[in-house]
Amino acid sequence: MKQLEFNKSKVNNFKFPKTLTGIQGLDDITFGGLPKNRSTLLLGNTGCGKTIMAMEFLINGIVIYDEPAVFIAFEEKTDELVQNVKSLDYDLDAHLANNKIYLEHIQINPDEIKESGKYDLEGLFIRLGQAINKVNAKRVVLDSLDTLFYNFDYKMLRSEFKRLLSWLKEKQVTAIITSEIGDAFLTREGIEEYVADCVITLDNRITNQISTRRLRIIKYRGSFHGNNEYPFVIDEKGINVFPIISEASQKESITTRITSGIKDLDEMLGKKGFYDGSSILISGTAGTGKTSISASFAYSVCETGKHCLFCAFEEAPNQIIRNMRSIGLNLDKLVKSGSLTFYYSRPTLQNLELHFLAIKKIIDEVKPNVVILDPITNLMTEGPNNDIRSMLTRFVDYLKTQHITVMFTAAITVGSIERNPSDEGISSMVDTWIMVQDIEVDNERTRSLCVIKSRGMFHSNDVRKFNISDKGITLMPIITGNKGSLSDTKRKAKEHQNLSTT
Amino acid sequence: MLNKKKIDTKFNVESNLAGKEKYILRLFITGILPNSVRAVKNIKTICEQYLKGRYDLEIIDIYQQPSLAFTEDIIAVPVLIKKFPLPEERMIGDLSNIKNVLKELDLV
Repeated sequence: MKQLEFNKSKVNNFKFPKTLTGIQGLDDITFGGLPKNRSTLLLGNTGCGKTIMAMEFLINGIVIYDEPAVFIAFEEKTDELVQNVKSLDYDLDAHLANNKIYLEHIQINPDEIKESGKYDLEGLFIRLGQAINKVNAKRVVLDSLDTLFYNFDYKMLRSEFKRLLSWLKEKQVTAIITSEIGDAFLTREGIEEYVADCVITLDNRITNQISTRRLRIIKYRGSFHGNNEYPFVIDEKGINVFPIISEASQKESITTRITSGIKDLDEMLGKKGFYDGSSILISGTAGTGKTSISASFAYSVCETGKHCLFCAFEEAPNQIIRNMRSIGLNLDKLVKSGSLTFYYSRPTLQNLELHFLAIKKIIDEVKPNVVILDPITNLMTEGPNNDIRSMLTRFVDYLKTQHITVMFTAAITVGSIERNPSDEGISSMVDTWIMVQDIEVDNERTRSLCVIKSRGMFHSNDVRKFNISDKGITLMPIITGNKGSLSDTKRKAKEHQNLSTT
Repeated sequence: MLNKKKIDTKFNVESNLAGKEKYILRLFITGILPNSVRAVKNIKTICEQYLKGRYDLEIIDIYQQPSLAFTEDIIAVPVLIKKFPLPEERMIGDLSNIKNVLKELDLV
C-alpha cells in the first residue's frame, strides 16, 4: 500500500520539460509543446505546411517567449524565405536586425559532390554551431533533410543523423527537422523516426474536392499526447490546430437563464427560457420560420445589451435584415450599434474547419454571448458525415468552455420530418431541441412548434401553433380538438365554441 | 595500398605533366579526426608524386577557422578544393581512392 502511494506521488511530481510552440491548438494536443532541448521530426509531403509550421515555431519563440532562433534552409534561399513568410505577417527583417533570428541557406550542389573515401558532415555541424552561438539560439529548424538525403551516402547519413540529434541535445536547443514522407516508410529512408524523440506528420487530403490539412503526433517519447488526427489551417495569421477540447464537462454548469425572445416560447421552457451557455437546435422543413425564430432570439439578446454573432450560410446579411424588418425586427440598428455581428460565407467556399476557424476568430475578437448558425445543414453538405459530427462536437465544446449560448438551425427534408430527423447526430449534443413543422390540416398549412427536449428543465409537451406577423412571433393559445391539430378556421370555430360553453 | 599506387603510376601519362600548370589546392579538415588525418596523408603523397614542385597546398582546419566553412560553403569534410587550374572542383572524402583523385585533378 505504501509502495503504491509512493509511486503515485512520484508520477504526479514529474513534469516532462517542454517548449511551448505558441501555435494555437498544437500546445494543447502535446500537453505543453515540443520536448525541450530535443529534436522533433516534422514529416509531410510537399505543400503540407512544414516550413510554415517550423517558421511559426521560431517566430513565436522570439515574439512570445524571447528565445532566439536559427533557421537552416536547405531548399529556399534566405531572401526568398523572408519574402515567403511575409505573406503570413512575419517580419523577419526586424528580427534579423535585432539579432533574434539567424537564417542560413546551405546549398548542396550535387555536381560538386564527388566522393573519394570516407567523410562526415562535420562542416554542417560547425556551421550550425556557429549559427547557434551567433544569436544564442534556443530554437533551431533544419528545413528540409531531404536535400541531404538526395546527395550523400545513405550509410554515412544514418550515423550522422544520430550524431546530429545528440549534438543538438548537447547544445541545449529545441529543434524541428522537416522531411518528406515516403510511401513505404514513415520517412523516405525509413530511419529518422527511430532516433527522434518526437515525430509529427502533416497531411493535406482532398475529400469532395475540398482540401483539409491534418496533423498527427506519431510519437512523443516521455509524454502523453493526443492520438487523433487534428485538422489545421494555414491562413494569413499563421497556423491553427483545432483540437477537441475535452474540458467542457469539467466546467461548472450555469444556472442562469436567457430569454428566447419569444415570450410564449419562454413559457414552454419552464417559464424562463434557455440556459445560459447551452446549445439549442431549431429544426424544421423549409419555410417553417427557423430563421425568424433565431432572429428573434438574436434581437432579444442584443436588446438586453449582450452581444450576438449571427453566422449566415444561406442568406446574405442584408437580405436577413430586410426580411426580418417585415416581422418587426430592426436588426440594422443593432448592427450599427455594434451589438450584432454578422458572419456570412458560402458553405462551398471552404471546408468545415475553415468555417469554424473563421467563426472562432470572430468569437475571439468580438466575444459574443450568443452565437447563431443558420443553417447548420448547409455546412453539412461539405464533407463526410463523421467529419462533420466530430467537427460540430468540437465546436460546441469550444463554445461551452467559453460560456457562449449557441443556436443552430437545421433544415430537414420533408421525407424525414417524422420526429427523428437525420440532423447528422447533432440532436444528441444539443441541450434544447425545438422542432418547427408545417402541418397540413383541412387544406391549410399551419406552422407548429414543439419542444422535443430541453435538458434540466420542465418543458411543455404541447404542440403549439405559431404565427409570424409584423409584430414578431407569437404562439397561439392551446386549443385541443379531438383529432389533434386544428386548422385555422376550425380553431376559430372551436374557440368560439369554447367561449360559448364557458 | 602500395600496390595500388604502382598501378596508378602506370596509367600516368607524361604529356599531362608537360602542362606544367601550377595547382592551387585547399584541403579542409576537422582537427585530428581519422578521416582528416588520412586525407592529409593522402593528398601529401599525391602532390609529391604527381605535382612535385608545381603545387600550392593549403591545409585548413575549420575547427580553427570556422568562418571559412561559411565562405567556402562546406558541409562534408574532409573536402579538397582545386582552386586552379579552372574550373574549380571539389572532392569529399579521405582521398583514399587515389585513382579518382587523379582523375578529378586531371592528372590521368
